[in-house]
Amino acid sequence: MHVEVRVFATLRRYLPELDIGEPKLLEVPQGTTLGEIREGLGLPIEEVKVIMRNNRQADEEDLAQDGDRITYIPAVAGG
Amino acid sequence: MSRKILRINMSDQSAVYEDIPEKWSKWAGRGLTSAIVLDEVEPTCHPLGPNNKLVIAPGWVSGTPAAPSSGRTSFGGKSPLTGTIKESNSGGLSSKKIAKLGLAAIILEGEPQDGEWYQLAITKDGVEFKDASDLAGKGMYEVDEILWDQYPNKPAVIGIGPVGEKKLSNAGISVNDPEGKPGRYAGRGGLGAVMGARGVKAIVVDDEGGPGVDIADEDLLKQGRTKLRDAIMEHDLTKPDGGLNTYGTNVLMNIINEAGGLPTRNFSAGQFEGAADISGERVAEMVEKRGGEGMTGHGCHPGCIIQCSNIYPDEEGEAVVSVVEYETAWALGANCGIDDLDYVAEMTYQCNDLGLDTIEAGNTIAIAMEGGQIEFGDKEAALALFDEIREMSPLGRIYGQGVEATAKAFGVHRVPTVKGQSMPAYEPRAIKGIGVTYATSPMGADHTAGYTIAPEIAGVGGKVDPLDEEGKSDLSLTFQAATAFVDSTGYCLFIAFPILDISSGWEGMAESVAGVTGLDITGDDVIDIGKEILRMEREFNKKAGFTAQDDRPPEFMRYEKLPPHNEVWSVSDEELDQVYAWTNGK
Repeated sequence: MHVEVRVFATLRRYLPELDIGEPKLLEVPQGTTLGEIREGLGLPIEEVKVIMRNNRQADEEDLAQDGDRITYIPAVAGG
Repeated sequence: MSRKILRINMSDQSAVYEDIPEKWSKWAGRGLTSAIVLDEVEPTCHPLGPNNKLVIAPGWVSGTPAAPSSGRTSFGGKSPLTGTIKESNSGGLSSKKIAKLGLAAIILEGEPQDGEWYQLAITKDGVEFKDASDLAGKGMYEVDEILWDQYPNKPAVIGIGPVGEKKLSNAGISVNDPEGKPGRYAGRGGLGAVMGARGVKAIVVDDEGGPGVDIADEDLLKQGRTKLRDAIMEHDLTKPDGGLNTYGTNVLMNIINEAGGLPTRNFSAGQFEGAADISGERVAEMVEKRGGEGMTGHGCHPGCIIQCSNIYPDEEGEAVVSVVEYETAWALGANCGIDDLDYVAEMTYQCNDLGLDTIEAGNTIAIAMEGGQIEFGDKEAALALFDEIREMSPLGRIYGQGVEATAKAFGVHRVPTVKGQSMPAYEPRAIKGIGVTYATSPMGADHTAGYTIAPEIAGVGGKVDPLDEEGKSDLSLTFQAATAFVDSTGYCLFIAFPILDISSGWEGMAESVAGVTGLDITGDDVIDIGKEILRMEREFNKKAGFTAQDDRPPEFMRYEKLPPHNEVWSVSDEELDQVYAWTNGK
């Protein structure tokens, strides 16, 4: 199945080839979790504070679906 | 505590130092400004009239040695924009200097009988009243430069731009930054107009030779500030090279966009296709590429260890403006359909110079776009609106009043305000908890007043679903109360992020306050003390005529579905009324 992955802020250094907001297109087998995709991309679990899938909160254990837009986010906040 | 209240009366040009009375003696920062405004300002007064006052107060720990990130100043009064009580908070140079002069607060009251403009200089020797006719009409960049020439000791400069002089309701109060630029603002709610109504163009504060801040228990203060400092240095968001230090508040642009909660084109969508181009990552890229005077990791006040601010450079590497914050880039960017950081930066400069709150200014431009005066996304036309304001043409004066007045002028009904103040950079239909804060805060639509974004988006201080209505009234109240406390400490509100996740930091914050003041408080008292402040503010608002009907989001959000989640505002009115149910009958 095809998924697209984005990373922002301090996580961008793990995927330096991507422009800001540019997705990485991945092919993953059925049954892959969002945590496994994270591992596969070399994003350390302690640096990923929030995962979003299709603009909603998601968790490590969630199974990816075909066409998912997955985003890994580090510690962020502001004003 | 031997802190003084400095009462400056512009009607007779007197400056009197009073011992802080018992009834106010436990307060500082926002707690103090709200207590004074409740006691001394008639809630039904006209905010631009002679009976309103401007109160300026540093926090409990401001000006004490080594208290990290403690340079915040509270400004209070009755807001010309909302008609409610207002506390507006700023970084920059003022907090430490006012505190080190031994002042708990400055109360600015009355109005000059001669109709002239004044600049005040506050030093250890007292208050000097000077004619300011050479400053009147000037933008804040020039004013700050002139005053640092006149007073070479690099004093704090608190000032108003032409917008405040004309008493327009979107006038902010400028505080200078360590570079002497007018880059910090007590922006929201139009308190610049209240300062203008006092006939005061600028206040210079020089703390040299001042008595400093009395400390009740040095050991407790040291213990508390060490715990707090450790928490700040440990947390991924606030540590050196962490999220805020690297990308500033604008780290949020892509994230809130991803969550489908980035208000776009006057709150008509929750995502903006140009978000990446106005994001904190793009600012960092510009700074890296252009070099020169540009920087990220800029500190807005001496002693800040988070340093989340920036100086945005032009193509030649010359400083355009400090600071392009998330809220500013959003209001002048996404909410206007503009995706060009150079234009955002130039418009930010105009806001700083003219003396406008950037959030309200950007939202006002969005209303002018919706009203058909200019097109969404037309960055040149948006920038040109500031010329209109500078000329003080009738239309410029309308823009200077903010969103509601501009919406009326253009027949726009999609008005994203609560109690007259326009919403910041989080869409309530996609992030319900912040919507509860917008609706119920005594301040009007205000994000910092109860920043539920922390658990709803960032996973800080817990994790809750932003699209869920459940539990959001409790959540908002907890954040509103904690914030009211932090707003009284003098600490930057961003310490909230580490201390929500690291309990020793929360304790340390309270201990540092106890250490300075001698008050018997611990971390367990934070929420209760915060609620005392909220209760005072609600009392003022009630007397000013506000009712539960004012704790409501705008009508259009109840029926208009916001893409991409296609949600409407769905938190019930009963749920909203729960937030302050504990004040009923009090």
